[in-house]
Amino acid sequence: MSGDAAGPGVPAVEARGLGVTLGGRPVLADVTLSAAPGEWLAVIGPNGAGKSTLLRAVAGLVARQGEVLVNGAAVDGLRPRRRARLVAYAPQSPALPPDMTVYDYASLGRTPYISYLGSESARDREVTRSVLERLDLDDFATRPLGHLSGGERQRVVLARALVQQAPVLLLDEPTTALDLGHQQQVLELVDRLRLADRLTVVTTLHDLSLAGQYADSLVLLAAGRAVAAGPPGRVLAEPLLTEHFGARVRVEPGADGRPLVHLVRPPLPAPISAGDER
Amino acid sequence: MTAAGRSRRALLVVSVVLLVSLIAGLAAGAAVISPRAIALALLDRLPLVSLHSGLQPNEEGIVFQLRVPRVLLAAVVGGLLALAGAGYQGVFRNPLADPYLLGAAAGAGLTVTLVVVFLGGDAGVAAVPVAAFAGAVGGVVLAYALGHTAGRGGGTATLVLAGVAVTSFLTAIQTFVQQLKVDELQRIYSWILGDVGGGWEQLRMIAPYAVVSTVVVLLHGRLLDVLSVGDEEAVSLGLHATRVRFTVLLAASLATASAVAVSGLIAFVGIVVPHVVRRLAGWSYRVVLPLSFLGGAAFLVLADTIARTVLAPAELPIGVVTAFVGAPFFVAVLRMTRRVET
Repeated sequence: MSGDAAGPGVPAVEARGLGVTLGGRPVLADVTLSAAPGEWLAVIGPNGAGKSTLLRAVAGLVARQGEVLVNGAAVDGLRPRRRARLVAYAPQSPALPPDMTVYDYASLGRTPYISYLGSESARDREVTRSVLERLDLDDFATRPLGHLSGGERQRVVLARALVQQAPVLLLDEPTTALDLGHQQQVLELVDRLRLADRLTVVTTLHDLSLAGQYADSLVLLAAGRAVAAGPPGRVLAEPLLTEHFGARVRVEPGADGRPLVHLVRPPLPAPISAGDER
Repeated sequence: MTAAGRSRRALLVVSVVLLVSLIAGLAAGAAVISPRAIALALLDRLPLVSLHSGLQPNEEGIVFQLRVPRVLLAAVVGGLLALAGAGYQGVFRNPLADPYLLGAAAGAGLTVTLVVVFLGGDAGVAAVPVAAFAGAVGGVVLAYALGHTAGRGGGTATLVLAGVAVTSFLTAIQTFVQQLKVDELQRIYSWILGDVGGGWEQLRMIAPYAVVSTVVVLLHGRLLDVLSVGDEEAVSLGLHATRVRFTVLLAASLATASAVAVSGLIAFVGIVVPHVVRRLAGWSYRVVLPLSFLGGAAFLVLADTIARTVLAPAELPIGVVTAFVGAPFFVAVLRMTRRVET
């Protein structure tokens, strides 16, 4: 590890003792996570465990207790524009105004670099263009968002986040509503960009095998608490998954040694035969 | 066509329409005056230009003392209402938001009526803009609060329904106040249905408010564009979403109040104009806001011209004309947004 602003050993993003209460109900309690520069951290957990809330808490979008540090410095004291240059966030279902063009949408990522009443500079336009090019979206630049397929939309949302040029990327379920092929394409793309730019990626992923395939480390949330954290091989363990997901699973190492999680169908109940008494 | 090319073409179209409607507004009326002569007379008034218009002195008087202030007032009121409409649409992310349908105009109408009826005299006149502003903000806040409690995420129609309820309620109070003071009725009645006959004096009264609100709304075009992806994402991009919405809301309400203070309640300008502008120029508020101002000016000057010629020598209230055009248009926009939502 080298070349990072805060020096070796300092996590790119770190959260300590995060707690969130929504409508009087505690949604997150005392969650701690940490990702090294260039690392991919996946947040997994059953529905309603607080995965999205955790991401939004790290992004500073909900009121929370605890502390979030980027490159070792607390983000709470930062002005919103400063913070947005450090942490980019893409929600699970982003609002995509159907008439807005791909270019205009991606260029929203420059917002943290433009003063309150200012307008884009040549540099802002340049950054937007180069990101679109990199994601093979340059042919789409003038196309309205309403005319895109699911996979294209996901790439455009990613483009907006990259245009933000933040070292930490928070992606909430980036593969939602995509078919298998497009899920793979999007995750491969994220991985390529992460390696090329040494981005630190934190995603929520509901697909445990995908999480195990792509992430360097996992945090398992259950009922608002982090119940396990570490490399995929340790977190994706049958007893943990059975306990917290209430599912029968089998975990096997894949070809590359990363764990694959299979659902196992429970044994069938005894068949009801025609001769059963009423 | 590129976005910039599209905006330039739209600007050209809107400017031409505005110019034509201004000249039509000056030419039409009880005495029909040649548009060409009016154009020449106007150019003649520019510095360093000297032209012979061929206008008779009495025609000069009609044009410059009666029609110019009237047409200007209509243009300013129309511009303010359309700009306020576009601004509210950005704030609420709702293409059906309109100063009239949101309760802003009715709120301003009520407070102005209260001031006219109970203060009267010079104190009343001086208090009109401030009262209108307070009423406009109060109306919108009430409609928004009502829409918010009535249906979380209830779609674009919920806010409008709440606005209609607020408008009816405030208008009912206003009617009650009027009936208390029947002797004032005629004065208020003509004002409520819309009237831009006030001239220079009214223009001067609202000028500072009109300028401030217009400038503030126009400056927020880019920020309204950022808001269009939702508050949460706007915040993640480093924007003070609440501050932006609040600022634009206040400025749009000030624009509404300035318009209502001199012209009464004129509906639908705030929906029709921004919608047409979007069809011409695209979605970005950076283009939609200024073009709405120009387009609103053209629309209301035309509406006023129709209002005072169609039943001449009698005058139709201008609000009748805008509603006649605007109500069917509103239904069309409603149908379109419903289709997008489902």
